[in-house]
Amino acid sequence: MSALASFIQAFSSGKIRVVDLTQTLSPEFPQITLPPEMGQAWPFRIEEASRYDERGPAWYWNNFSCGEHTGTHFDAPIHWISGKDLPANATDSIPPQRFIGPACVIDCSRESASNPDFLLTKDKILSWEKMHDRIAPRSWVLMRTDWSRRTSAVDYQNFDDTGQHTPGPDVEAVKFLVQERDVLGFGTESIGTDAGQAQHLRPPYPCHYFMHGAGRYGLQCLTNLDQLPPTGAVVIAAPLKIRNGSGSPLRAIALVEGA
Amino acid sequence: MILKKKNPILRTRLPTLPPAARSRVALGLTAAAALGRFELQQCSDCGTVQYPPREACQHCLSIRLKWKEQPRQGELLAATVLHHSNDLFFRERLPWRLGLVKLECGPTLVAHLHADVPDAPARLRVAARLDRAGQAVLVGLPDKENVNMAEDRQLREFSCDPKRRKVLVTDGKSALGQALVRALAAAGAELIWVGHAEPWKRLPGFAELERLPQVTLVPLDLTDSKNVRELAAEIGAKVDILLSNAELHRAFGIANRQGVETARAEMDVNYFGLLRLAQEFAPAMRARGADGLASAVAWVNVLSIYALANFPPHGTYSASKAAAHSLAQCLRAEMRPAGVRVVNVFPGPIDEDWNQLVAPPKLAPAALAQAIVKGLGEGVEDLYPGELAQEWLERWRDNPKALEKELSS
Repeated sequence: MSALASFIQAFSSGKIRVVDLTQTLSPEFPQITLPPEMGQAWPFRIEEASRYDERGPAWYWNNFSCGEHTGTHFDAPIHWISGKDLPANATDSIPPQRFIGPACVIDCSRESASNPDFLLTKDKILSWEKMHDRIAPRSWVLMRTDWSRRTSAVDYQNFDDTGQHTPGPDVEAVKFLVQERDVLGFGTESIGTDAGQAQHLRPPYPCHYFMHGAGRYGLQCLTNLDQLPPTGAVVIAAPLKIRNGSGSPLRAIALVEGA
Repeated sequence: MILKKKNPILRTRLPTLPPAARSRVALGLTAAAALGRFELQQCSDCGTVQYPPREACQHCLSIRLKWKEQPRQGELLAATVLHHSNDLFFRERLPWRLGLVKLECGPTLVAHLHADVPDAPARLRVAARLDRAGQAVLVGLPDKENVNMAEDRQLREFSCDPKRRKVLVTDGKSALGQALVRALAAAGAELIWVGHAEPWKRLPGFAELERLPQVTLVPLDLTDSKNVRELAAEIGAKVDILLSNAELHRAFGIANRQGVETARAEMDVNYFGLLRLAQEFAPAMRARGADGLASAVAWVNVLSIYALANFPPHGTYSASKAAAHSLAQCLRAEMRPAGVRVVNVFPGPIDEDWNQLVAPPKLAPAALAQAIVKGLGEGVEDLYPGELAQEWLERWRDNPKALEKELSS
């Protein structure tokens, strides 16, 4: 049997399940917040074109608008200044085989619950590898924080008067994943692959800086990471083919084995 | 005055309007009343003050008649109470008190009489007020202000006083929004819904608003059509006064900001936000234009003096306010059949973050809030609050080109 035929057989028989890693695109879902004088990412907005009415008697449809970095979304290397001159660095030029990859899920939910500014360290990754396996090249590394369970926008954004407080990786962890593990990219449940206070790290926003600088990708605002095994899941994350796009909202899914 | 709760088994009265026809020349009285002014025509040749409005001087037949502010004092010569009317508006509001007034500046005229004006002979003041049809009428007021003046049943037909009314303030987060909520509470508003967008952004002072017993916070983002629609569905049939103060203000012109994103965002709140509000809230308010003494009465738009002439350092903001001004005129025409007044407010620069680099004088948010509440009580239609706005209004009326030049120099 061909590889795809056995895949379909496993899929139809329920041996392979699909886990939806995507938040629903809605006007209520919060967007990235920058100082107000800066250029802003549009939140998701939707306007009815017609709904079986005088504007279109037999059909219902909407027009929507949003930024490239709205909702559950993909970051391309061109998003960051460190990746601006790389080849194949935008949503339309990234080879499509990069949109499918194995996932390593590092559970940081306990640490993030007690410390919203939790930073994932290289040591934590090494101890994860001791329990599971060495991170294979071209894997997605997904940081599970259970942040997606914060359903109120206030708790999800978690701002105080020093800015946002959400977990993310520290500088050494990102460099280690890129330079010593050759990962495909890094994914988080919060807004941003970097921590909420990552503007104070050196360099600022290390995950954006090093991942994109090395041609790697980002996934953010993921959900249902608690339904993935630490290893063995396959992530399918294909951004919209926007010409020279820096990222895109997408329907990220994972394939997992077992009932 | 105690307002009984509405009897829900009785039909809600449909709005009717007092007689609205005026000659073109008589619109001068309305134009002045819209600004809260009492102007009558005065002959430039012999000085005779005219009433009713006319084409030629009643004394010397000169056609050089100018609208000028006039002293309001007069004497009540006679008073009467109307117990019958074939007019649809007045027959529902009987009895109705009227009086014959001799103004110190000359004319004798018939005016609607406040209950606190004693029977003739008595000193009184005359004001030109807009009625529910948006036309000027003359009102006789007590010689001296008293605290309960605004509660007069007849006067309430001409004013939009927030006392005992339910108000929606579309943005309670800004300094102006907070000041408006406090001013409305102090003026006796019964209930104040306070809109707030982007709940994760905590702004100083906002949390304290919730301690006011009249206040209910409601999530409201004018860029989100669904949000506006759902809030209108929830409270639209209760709102007596809608105060549209949410705005997006950035300090850019054309040349000092690349792209259109910021300008579009301003338009999305300042213009499309008003359009969304109007489409969702106006129908229910129109249906309640005559819903007893606490009917839907007013829709207030906080615009800007820059809606009249562009201020280039804040050029795209000015353009969005000009667009909102034009739309507000459309809304005014659509609300008029229901007797709901659309009040446009044209402040000069407000003392807030985005006017940091604008030199004083700047209008304090609390002063603007007071002016808006006062304007509602006086029933004006266009409000130019503060000395700067008044000064610019005069220049604009005198010569719009001169104001454009001044703002752009």
